[in-house]
Amino acid sequence: MLPKEEAIYTSTKCGPRICLGIESTAHTFGVAVASSEGKILSDVNDQYSPPPGKGIHPREAAQHHSEVAPKVLQESLRRWGEPLDRIDAVAFSAGPGLGPVLRTGATMARTLAYWLEKPLVPVHHAIAHIEIAAQMTGAIDPLVVLVSGGHTTITAFAGDRWRVFGETEDITLGNLLDMFAREVPLPTPGGPEVEKLADQGSKFMDLPYVVKGNDVSYSGLLTAAKRLLHSKVSLDDLCYSLQEVAFSMLAEAAERALAHTGKRELLLTGGVAANSRLREMLGLVAEDHGARFLVVPRGFSGDCGAQIAWTGLLAFSAGVNVEVSRSFVKPRWRLDTVDVLWR
Amino acid sequence: MGEDFEQRLLHRGAEADLYLQEWYGLKVVRKVRIPKLYRVKELDITLRRTRTAHEALIMHDAKRAGVATPLIYLVDMEDTAIVMQYIEGTRLKEYLESSKMKERLKVCRTLGGKVGRLHSFGIVHGDLTTSNMIVTGDSGIVLIDFGLAEYSRELEKRGVDILLGQRVFYSTHHGYGAACYRAFLEGYRDRVGSEEAEQVEERVKQISRRGRYAIER
Repeated sequence: MLPKEEAIYTSTKCGPRICLGIESTAHTFGVAVASSEGKILSDVNDQYSPPPGKGIHPREAAQHHSEVAPKVLQESLRRWGEPLDRIDAVAFSAGPGLGPVLRTGATMARTLAYWLEKPLVPVHHAIAHIEIAAQMTGAIDPLVVLVSGGHTTITAFAGDRWRVFGETEDITLGNLLDMFAREVPLPTPGGPEVEKLADQGSKFMDLPYVVKGNDVSYSGLLTAAKRLLHSKVSLDDLCYSLQEVAFSMLAEAAERALAHTGKRELLLTGGVAANSRLREMLGLVAEDHGARFLVVPRGFSGDCGAQIAWTGLLAFSAGVNVEVSRSFVKPRWRLDTVDVLWR
Repeated sequence: MGEDFEQRLLHRGAEADLYLQEWYGLKVVRKVRIPKLYRVKELDITLRRTRTAHEALIMHDAKRAGVATPLIYLVDMEDTAIVMQYIEGTRLKEYLESSKMKERLKVCRTLGGKVGRLHSFGIVHGDLTTSNMIVTGDSGIVLIDFGLAEYSRELEKRGVDILLGQRVFYSTHHGYGAACYRAFLEGYRDRVGSEEAEQVEERVKQISRRGRYAIER
């Protein structure tokens, strides 16, 4: 549950409210400014990239983030072009994510909030993926398919919370693509690299397809794909088959959830939402069930400051804020435990 | 073969279209697994065929476990379709939404017992959602969808079965679902015995801990 404080912040100035948001959960460090008119006024992001064949090292990512943080903040403020005290609230990604990385972003947010004497707003990273997508696409009451390195979740809003209708039972879709790419090795993040190779492939190879109700499980698929990788099959064909099986599983799970919930909108968001083949598949699923298909724009699919700034604004406007002394990060914060007060 | 009989679309499910038909004087449902344009042909045909065959076989066998399922009249592997008995009643999803708490708990307890029977017989359902069950006039429950069912006695698969049920109670039926889930577990425990039920419940916890952001670790 989001911590609530008794103090109520009131703004005496006129015009829209402004929230500065800091994203720092994994490879991206971002600072953005959002206004209550629904505009992203600036969004500057810097990515830590591990060497090919390697995953994110939490400590190194945190070091990268603290090195680039001042520069990213300055650049974001410069693009916004207004004085810093015009800000009404400072939001930060409080979780879920890598502990050291979360703490880097949180430290900067706490400092800013304390120094500016503005409320500090903790934001759930996955909810931020959903809110930015809803804002950009005009989704009202969607069934959401959230796919990223951290999440593979099928969710819809009901009774003050995002309820999970289906999810991965082990690794996420982003994880699957990253870990496969690492084994090749291809650069991280692996998704775009696998997609490029998959576009060249055409021969379908049988790989484990595991759907359990609205849930999926990708660990067996990863093991099988890695095994095939070392047996000298065409890498293009393997990437093609891996994508086809992994995405079909998700499409089926989403279709089951869509049929079960009867939602009229299907919203795709998160880093893997940038994949064209996945967009195509889920678009067909939505069409089959007469649902409107919406996808987060590519500029906001991956982790970014904008998602935190915008969601922070929504949360702040609903009265969510936390004292600096109680602003702990939550590396394992589950989506369906957060009370959402603004929907 | 469907064109010989007048039919009307009863329901569009996730993987199949359900048609209501008059079939040699019987009121039947023709469940057709339609090709999915989003997936490649090779995968599509394999999934539709294996699921049709599995479903027919297990739906039939479930009766031997003492669980009511529609009668199967015809399995058409060419069209990946099953012609089965039409069951009069309300889907459990709508039944729970519109019933009083006492009735909800009663039916969930019954459901737990049915799932217990399946498990004891060596069948796992694979998709225990409240859209897949019909509450009949006499408060009985008929399980109507076995597309993801398997023959298995593995603890893991039983655990997944129960976890999926739990998920539906907590998402679709939030607000009163937790109590329903407890009643469901009671019914299950009464059927399989407390020792086995405990093992399964422990596995359910283990499985949910495997996810990335688990509540308890």
